[in-house]
Amino acid sequence: MAAVMRLVKRSTLTAAMGQQYLALSSAAKAGIRPGQALPEKVKIVEVGPRDGLQNEKTIVPTETKINLIDMLSASGLPVIEATSFVSPKWVPQMADQVEVMKGICKKPGVSYPVLTPNLKGFQAAVKAGASEVAIFGAASELFSKKNINCSVDESLQRFEEVMKAAKEAGVPVRGYVSCVLGCPYEGKVEPEKVAHVAKRLYSMGCYEISLGDTIGVGTPGSMSEMLEAVCRDVPVSALAVHCHDTYGQALANILVALQKGISVVDSSVAGLGGCPYAQGASGNVATEDVVYMLHGLGIQTGVDLPKLMDAGAFICRTLNRKTNSKVAQATCKL
Amino acid sequence: MGNVPTTVKHCLSYEQLVQDYPWLRRWLLEEKTITGHEYPQFVKIVEVGPRDGLQNEKEIVPTGVKIQLIDMLSGTGLPVIEATSFVSSKWVPQMADHSDVLKGIQKVPYVQYPVLTPNMQGFQDAVAAGATEVAVFGSASETFSKKNINCSIDESMLRFQEVINTAKVHQIPVRGYVSCALGCPHEGNIDPCKVTQVAKRLYDMGCYEISLGDTIGVGTPGSMYKMLQSVMKEVPCSALAVHCHDTYGQALANILVALQMGVCVVDSAVAGLGGCPYAQGSSGNVSTEDVLYMLHGMGIETGVDLPKVIEAGDFICKALCRKTNSKVAQALSRTL
Repeated sequence: MAAVMRLVKRSTLTAAMGQQYLALSSAAKAGIRPGQALPEKVKIVEVGPRDGLQNEKTIVPTETKINLIDMLSASGLPVIEATSFVSPKWVPQMADQVEVMKGICKKPGVSYPVLTPNLKGFQAAVKAGASEVAIFGAASELFSKKNINCSVDESLQRFEEVMKAAKEAGVPVRGYVSCVLGCPYEGKVEPEKVAHVAKRLYSMGCYEISLGDTIGVGTPGSMSEMLEAVCRDVPVSALAVHCHDTYGQALANILVALQKGISVVDSSVAGLGGCPYAQGASGNVATEDVVYMLHGLGIQTGVDLPKLMDAGAFICRTLNRKTNSKVAQATCKL
Repeated sequence: MGNVPTTVKHCLSYEQLVQDYPWLRRWLLEEKTITGHEYPQFVKIVEVGPRDGLQNEKEIVPTGVKIQLIDMLSGTGLPVIEATSFVSSKWVPQMADHSDVLKGIQKVPYVQYPVLTPNMQGFQDAVAAGATEVAVFGSASETFSKKNINCSIDESMLRFQEVINTAKVHQIPVRGYVSCALGCPHEGNIDPCKVTQVAKRLYDMGCYEISLGDTIGVGTPGSMYKMLQSVMKEVPCSALAVHCHDTYGQALANILVALQMGVCVVDSAVAGLGGCPYAQGSSGNVSTEDVLYMLHGMGIETGVDLPKVIEAGDFICKALCRKTNSKVAQALSRTL
């Protein structure tokens, strides 16, 4: 309504009124938006053990994965994506899915969702003790075909089966939409397409939809546009952002998402997980860097940053690689 | 507007309004984009790679390479390129060739080449070498001032007053820097009021622009917002710039908040040159390439050609035998 009034005002402005209007407009620009309307709390969904390790070249022993997840559990993270019940033929890094699920110490109050691309994966997950699952849609047809060998609609039909079984078993389901800000094959992705897929997943029964900038090409402009489209169809409280830092834009994109009311952010300890579409480039945003920003903004996360950094240092030593987290790099060298 | 009941209906329900006037929804969305009510339409990038960047690199770069770098940057559309520093070579050996660099570069029309001048000696040498814009460096932290330039903030302001007065006579514009604006390696948190005091002094003395520097990159959008809110009470927003370090990965988010508050001048360094002397091995300056990617992605104009900046970054990284700190450059050089 305010926007309508601004339009009306502008067309009937006299010169004197114009000055006042401009002054008001500058005041509105000058600080009200950045300082307000940020959530008090943000839920971090830690995807390092799954999305991170799945995209690392080195395959990590089961024991190491279990240790990592246990260390992350101790850091206060409320959600830790533990593994993926995708066929080991496609994702060998996650072949030990059952052992990992059975081996971790499940901390009370912490969720350990697992990926389940189809009914078979869901059944195996539940048998291994999973009490939350996740399904992965795409906003790009080409990406869907190349990634999971079927169209977006066909994938959503598969997910209906999983949703039905999950409802019967009382297992909550999280939905992911990939390529929300760009596709490695299609290029630009229309915000309406993202909204369409997000709405379908939400209507099917997913309690939360994580919107993923799969190749990290998004900027605060495209993030804002996309969220505006999605928020018309899915309540903002049911949305999360999953930003990749391939072009260094992740924290800025996350900030804009917070300003739009998003209060769930996916990230990966030590920024684990490269980008399969830009070899050598970074992938997931580092949890340490996200937590540093949120705490600096006075936003609560429940996460103990030093303990988180310990977990990051541990997994990097095992993978024999440097951390992708700038906070971790800076802090250990002061 | 329709009859009274319709008007009331529209006042009570935005959805009803746009349902009855479908064209209005599109107009409202366009208005937000057209006015860009959150961001400036144009941002001036101040490229500090050749000075702030190279000054903080371990390798000392030959004069010929510096000149070539600056000439490449001049060809990218960057409007301001900080060329060198007239600080004593005893303190900053990397900038010992300041006169040769300033005399050797091709000065492209409409591009500014400011140089650092910490005192009168430096200023005079700079003018003799052909400088047409200079910069002075204050600090919001007393301890940092004493350890960095061996005098208190007040003493440094007296020195700068001399430089600024003489610069006025020569009609040479002076840019002011305030370091440690969001934190100090020695004092920790810095009160925004302190930053405001120093920024105001520099501005009142005659600096045309004040660049607020997060010297150790510890700032977050929260502290950036509070600091800018304080400074903007005393210095007009149009005279402010932000100089963010990316040591903790916060630079782009901090720059975004600054833009939302109306700041439209951003300092950055090609390839993210320049480490952090207070966190060895960590990054320092934010990369110009990453800043440009963000701004252009938001529809903000800069006049800068990103591929050409990437080329300049590539050139200097080869010369320094180091990898770029720019994520955009890394991603684009490896995209399948």
